[in-house]
Amino acid sequence: MGAEAAQPSEAPGRWRRLWSRAEELNQRIPWAVKLTAVWVVIFLLIALLFNAAKFDTGWMRSNFWFISRGLWVTIFIAVVSIFFAIILALLGSLGRLSKNAITYGLSGFYTSFFRGTPLIVQLFLIYTGLPTIGQAFREPYRSWFLLSPIVTGIVALSLNYGAYMTEIFRAGILSVPHGQTEAAEALGMTYRQRMGRVVLPQAFRVIIPPTGNEFIAMMKDTALVSLLGTPIAWADPFRRATLAGRADFRNLEALIVAATWYWILTAIFSFFQRRLEARVSKGFVRQVAAKVPRPGGAAPGTPTATISSGGGTVVEVPEPEPRALGKEGA
Amino acid sequence: MTDPAWADGEVLLRVDDLHKSFGHLEVLKGISMDVRTGEVVVIFGRSGSGKSTLLRCINFLEDPTRGTIELHGIQLTGGHRNRAKREKIRKLRMRTGMVFQQFNLFPHLTAIQNVIEGPVTVKGVSEAEARPLGTELLGRVGLADKADEYPIRLSGGQQQRVAIARALAMSPDVMLFDEPTSALDPELIGEVLATMRYLATDMHMTMVVVTHEMGFAREVAHRMVFFNEGVILEEGTPDDIFNRTRFPETRRFLDAVL
Repeated sequence: MGAEAAQPSEAPGRWRRLWSRAEELNQRIPWAVKLTAVWVVIFLLIALLFNAAKFDTGWMRSNFWFISRGLWVTIFIAVVSIFFAIILALLGSLGRLSKNAITYGLSGFYTSFFRGTPLIVQLFLIYTGLPTIGQAFREPYRSWFLLSPIVTGIVALSLNYGAYMTEIFRAGILSVPHGQTEAAEALGMTYRQRMGRVVLPQAFRVIIPPTGNEFIAMMKDTALVSLLGTPIAWADPFRRATLAGRADFRNLEALIVAATWYWILTAIFSFFQRRLEARVSKGFVRQVAAKVPRPGGAAPGTPTATISSGGGTVVEVPEPEPRALGKEGA
Repeated sequence: MTDPAWADGEVLLRVDDLHKSFGHLEVLKGISMDVRTGEVVVIFGRSGSGKSTLLRCINFLEDPTRGTIELHGIQLTGGHRNRAKREKIRKLRMRTGMVFQQFNLFPHLTAIQNVIEGPVTVKGVSEAEARPLGTELLGRVGLADKADEYPIRLSGGQQQRVAIARALAMSPDVMLFDEPTSALDPELIGEVLATMRYLATDMHMTMVVVTHEMGFAREVAHRMVFFNEGVILEEGTPDDIFNRTRFPETRRFLDAVL
């Protein structure tokens, strides 16, 4: 009787019921399980694709150590460069905040030039351009302008990242309320004591997260040094991958090994950076947040909130009282 | 009420013909006053009358345009700063304790670390040596049990008491209070005033207090100074001010706040 007639009107109802059951089921699966499933599917698809492209895992295995051995070069260049970059950024930011025309002008020139030109250009400028300037000098000094690829890399990365980080440091120092400076002054502190004991320790809370990001970015930029033709003893994973891959026509396999290493390094340092962030926010957040938001954003009901500060994220527990944060000198 | 000990005490702090302008705005128009050892002076007046500016000029947080500050043999005039003058300013600041309206505690340090920061950093006392002093001072402001708390975990009143202890730790000759209770919730004002009263009556601390708390002034001040449009209009004992003022401006102000 109404079987045919009822069918069209019933069908959407059935689908709706099915859909709502699926939604219900979906809500019952833990977030972590779903997220893991998505990643597994992504990797499976990539593996399928590589398999179809005749991916040579045997070659990868036999060349794995050759490529991986370059990792220490990556870490070495990044660690040394971030050290000098931090010093340059500190000096640069104090210069930008100075009332002295010479220091202000010098730091202005520095940040403008090194932020205004590409890193790769700076690398070649220092590597191939500097010796030309050296021609103007006599011999013991002339050779000072001839830098090895690794030293060039360290100099260029330090200068370039130091220029960018000058802004980070400047913003961090400015984020400390003026009342802090006054309180330090009222105790009779000198400029150095004020900076060292009061302003910078508080500025570092703001400075550290984006500096961590800069370090992570820098680890990846160390690969650019390869373009100067580093000797094999100082070759990083990227250079080793290009050398080995080109020789055997196994570019994909070689670069996947190198890329995976960079990826792992950044993942590890991102983890430590978040730990460090939680530590330095001591005294600013009522309870130091134990939970860190998932990369995909917090699931509904998770008691964490993120606020963005100068490019990085600070993790904090939602405040029950309005004065929990920033009461000082507000 | 009035402690006779201060009356014949020697002059500790002398402000002489102090002027301060911000651009075209002249905030202080020639202030002269003496503060004797052990004396409690309350400065009051409408906001914008220059009270806070005077206090900030005394320890050179603000550079006076003209005039002289003299404390314990350290004499300083307003105007251009050079290296020698900066050093002198530092000496002056080490002898004055300042309490701010916004407390300005160091948020990255615990209560006791805040208190001993001055002695440790400025005077070079070792941390181990300074700690007993810090504990004692926190006890005096009633916060011995909060020594290891960070400022964010303390109420406004507690923070201000830590700030008082921090200023005391430098063993200053004079304490300057810049509206110490203005940023506090009403129920927290009492504890800070009680601490200040204790400083005045039990520790015989020399104090210059900018405040609107007229009850505190009546009870604790030896002398009250009324500021009006950058000049001292009137000064006298609380009794003089509250009961026998000749100035309609003072009368009007008192009527407004009482």
